[in-house]
Amino acid sequence: MNGSSVRVPEPPLGLLLELTHRCPLQCPYCSNPLELQKSGAELDTDNWLRVLDESAALGVLQVHFSGGEPTARKDLAAMVKRAAQHKMYSNLITSAVLLDQRRVAELAEAGIDHIQISFQDVEPENADRIGGYAGGHVRKLAAARLVQQAGLPLTLNFVVHRQNAERVPQMIAMGLELGAGRIEVAHVQYYGWGLVNRSALLPSREQLDAVTAEVESARLRLKGRMLIDYVVPDYYALRPKACMGGWARRFINISPAGKALPCHAAETLPGLAFPSVREQSLGTIWRDAPAFQRFRGTDWMPEPCQSCDKREIDWGGCRCQAFALTGNISATDPACALSPDHAVMAEAVKQSRGASLGFVYRQ
Amino acid sequence: MSATVEAAVVPTFGVGVKFRFDEVRGAWIVLAPERLFLPDEQAVEILKLVDGHRSLGAIVDDLAVRYQAPHELIATDVTAMLRDLADKGVIRL
Repeated sequence: MNGSSVRVPEPPLGLLLELTHRCPLQCPYCSNPLELQKSGAELDTDNWLRVLDESAALGVLQVHFSGGEPTARKDLAAMVKRAAQHKMYSNLITSAVLLDQRRVAELAEAGIDHIQISFQDVEPENADRIGGYAGGHVRKLAAARLVQQAGLPLTLNFVVHRQNAERVPQMIAMGLELGAGRIEVAHVQYYGWGLVNRSALLPSREQLDAVTAEVESARLRLKGRMLIDYVVPDYYALRPKACMGGWARRFINISPAGKALPCHAAETLPGLAFPSVREQSLGTIWRDAPAFQRFRGTDWMPEPCQSCDKREIDWGGCRCQAFALTGNISATDPACALSPDHAVMAEAVKQSRGASLGFVYRQ
Repeated sequence: MSATVEAAVVPTFGVGVKFRFDEVRGAWIVLAPERLFLPDEQAVEILKLVDGHRSLGAIVDDLAVRYQAPHELIATDVTAMLRDLADKGVIRL
């Protein structure tokens, strides 16, 4: 790509379908926007199926069914079946509290390739408090066993933060006990709800280091048995992460109402008009939509990104974080130590010390 | 996993792993939970022989004949590649 912007982009690899914003849980770091869409605004089955057809033609290889809680949609299995017909790899990202035996069987029959279940903690009481849903943890455990019994590949996702970081060893053990081939130990990402609750969630440097050490040793110990993916928080980083693998380079996200977005939080950015799949084909959107081209490649970058030799590694970091923390959508992600705004990260860490552990919930 | 891999071992794809040809890109791909690999030409030829029946030895035999290359050299390459993929959860040995 030689550092210039991409006029004819490579086909996208992944499609994330946020089928609904409805969810029985209300995790304080939820990736959904602060303003949730009502069920009446959701795309209907035919539109979702058409999106799947178009994405297959465009070259999408993996489809992630997400939400909100995707199993709140009764037509989920029909969509999974369509993805399977196109040989796209299907992944269900679920809280699992609505998954019973009938539902698991239905999804298996439809051809689901992989199921990822989120856990808020290993201690039931704390897990239910964090998720804001009484009895949720026990239901999740039961659902994970159903998935395993159905012979479906299982991932457990643990979002970690100040209020559960000490229990990462038990989270890894839970993955083994439930027969997960893979677990995710993912520190909270501080956008949207996570940003609202940042001071109650940010881990200390000591907590982060302990989690990192635990994950690294477990990875060695469990090599070939269970994969552990690890996502660190930006607040102690020196370089930003390549958010979404770069703006509109690999992924398309579709909101419940059918807005096509380069990432799930993109609607927080002002001045960008995101096209609807009700009005345009996914191919047209991917190639031509101004909002997709806006930060694609490197032409848009300010200094210090423009002349940085890592510009095609981190792609300038996260646009949503840059805007949320600096007010400028084109700023270098403050997670980067070279950003003129980098001090806001350390300031947030300082402010979170001794802050209240109470959460602002989405309902 | 032991340091050496026996020739009798039958490699299989890991749970949830799919290996297929993608018409849009004109390339073979490996799909796995939250993973996607575009194997190089050499790896593609090896992975095509992973069918749940052929042993590692049989795979090496096949490739040694096809490429008219020394058996030992092929065995070293194939074992290294499959071990690497096993560490990534793509292959089970």
